[in-house]
Amino acid sequence: MAHTTFAELLEAAAEHGSIAAAALAQEVLESGDDAAAVRSRMAGHLTVMREAVALGLTGTVHSRSGLVGGDAARISDASGGPLEGVAARAIAAAVAVAEVNASMGRVVAAPTGGASGVLPGVVLTLATDRDLDDSAVIDALLAAGAIGAVIAARTNLSGAAAGCQAEIGAAAAMAAGAATEMLGGTPAHAGHAASLALQGLLGLVCDPVGGLVEVPCVARNATGAAVALTGIELALAGVRFAIPFDQVAEALASVGRTLPVSLRETALGGLAVTAAARELVGD
Amino acid sequence: MRYRMRMPATRSIFDILGPVMIGPSSSHTAGAVRLGLLARAILGAQPERATITLHGSFAKTGRGHGTDLAIVAGLLGMRPDDHEITRAFEHAAERGMQFTIVEGDLGDVHANTALLELSVDDSTVEIQGSSVGGGEVLVTRIGRFEAYADGRMPLLIVEHNDLPGEIAAVTRIISGSGANIAQMRVSRTRKGADALMLIETDTALPEAALAEIEALPGVLRIRAVPAV
Repeated sequence: MAHTTFAELLEAAAEHGSIAAAALAQEVLESGDDAAAVRSRMAGHLTVMREAVALGLTGTVHSRSGLVGGDAARISDASGGPLEGVAARAIAAAVAVAEVNASMGRVVAAPTGGASGVLPGVVLTLATDRDLDDSAVIDALLAAGAIGAVIAARTNLSGAAAGCQAEIGAAAAMAAGAATEMLGGTPAHAGHAASLALQGLLGLVCDPVGGLVEVPCVARNATGAAVALTGIELALAGVRFAIPFDQVAEALASVGRTLPVSLRETALGGLAVTAAARELVGD
Repeated sequence: MRYRMRMPATRSIFDILGPVMIGPSSSHTAGAVRLGLLARAILGAQPERATITLHGSFAKTGRGHGTDLAIVAGLLGMRPDDHEITRAFEHAAERGMQFTIVEGDLGDVHANTALLELSVDDSTVEIQGSSVGGGEVLVTRIGRFEAYADGRMPLLIVEHNDLPGEIAAVTRIISGSGANIAQMRVSRTRKGADALMLIETDTALPEAALAEIEALPGVLRIRAVPAV
C-alpha cells in the first residue's frame, strides 16, 4: 500500500532522500516491478500529459456540448496580464489539458479526468522554465502520486464523494508538493506547499453545469493551478502552514462528509442551478 | 441493494495518477468503457446485438460525457485510452454490431448503472453493472444471478445445479491446476435450483482445468473471463 499518512511519507523521505525516492521505493515494493519499470511507466504518463498540453494549446479542441474550448490558446496568446510569464503559461497548460479532457481527448487522470490539468500545467511548465530534464519531472510525478495517496486514504477522490476540493483541491496539493521538491525544496517544504494549496480550496463544491465536466471544471483547473503556484511560492519562501498536511487532509475529508449532496456532482446546487446555467443546458 | 462509496486502499500511485483515459469523466467515460469491455469478456464474444439501458446519472448526463460512445466502444473491445472511442458508433456499423441505447429506471441501484442485453448466436445475456468511481466498475447481475465482478482479476463463472459437493469439486480442480483462488462467491436463485459460482484467481486457469470443470456432472456452463 502507498503511504497513508504524510508523517510516514516524511519518515520514508528522510530514509530515501526525497519524497520522490520514497514513493518510488514503495511502488517497487508494492508492484513487484523494478525501479526502471516504474519510472518507464510514469514516463509514458508524462508523454500523454505533454501531448494533451500541446493539443489543447492549438485552440482547436471543443467539447461535444460546445460549452468549452479554445481558451487555452487565448490565454497563451495574451500578453500584459498580471501573471505574464511562467505563471500564465502554467495556467494555459492546465486549461489546455482540461479542454482536451472535455473534448474526449486522451489525458492522465490526476487524480481525476476533471482535474487532470492542474498537475501537468504546474509541474511540466515549471520544469521547462527551469530547464529540468525528464528524470526530474518523473520524480515530481511520483511524489505527486504519493501525496494524492495520503488524501485518498481519507476520502474517495471524487466530486461525488467529497466535492471539488477532493478533485481540484487534491490536484493542487499534489502539484504544489511535487513541484516544491522538484525546485529544490525539502520534503518538509513540500508538505507546507501542499497544505498551503489545499487550505485555499477546502470546501470547494462540485457544481457542474448540466452535470458535465466543463463549466466550471475547465476554469477550476486554471484557478487550481494558480493556487498550487501560490503554495509553492510561499513554501519556498519559508512560509510554514500551522496545520500539518495530514490534518489538512483530514479536514478535507470531514468537510466532504458534511457537504450536502446537492453540492457533490449532482448538478442540484451552486453554479449548476444559476439562471445562466439553466439557460445553457436548456432547462 | 445499495452500494456504499468504496474507499479501497490505494495499492499503487498509478491509482492516483491514472488511468490514462479518454475524457471527460473517469466514472462516466473511462468506467463506462470498462463496463462494456467487462460485459464483452463475460459474453466471451463481440455481441451481434446490444440493448443498452442507461440509468440515473448515466441517463441524465451520459450523452455529454460520451457514456453512450464509451459503452459501445467497450463492447467492441476498445480500451479506455483508445482515441477511436469517439468514433465507436461508426466502428460498430463497420463491424456488424447493432445497438440500441435507451434510458430507464433500474430501481435502487448505483447512480451510474447500465443494463446491457447482449445477443450472440441466438443466445441473450443480461449484464448489469455500475461505474463506481475512478474508472472502476462492478458487474452486479449476470442473467438471473446476483454477481460481483470488477474485472481486476481473471474470473471463472460456473453455472451449475445446486448439488452438494459441486463447489468442492470445482475448487479441487482449480487447486490441482496450481492456480490460487483470490476470492469466491456463490449465489443461487433458490435452494436446490440453479446456482452460480464466481471465482477470482491470481492467474488465468489453464485450458485443461476449464475443460475438466465444464465436464463435471451438474455444471451447466462456464465462462472464463479475463481481467480487463
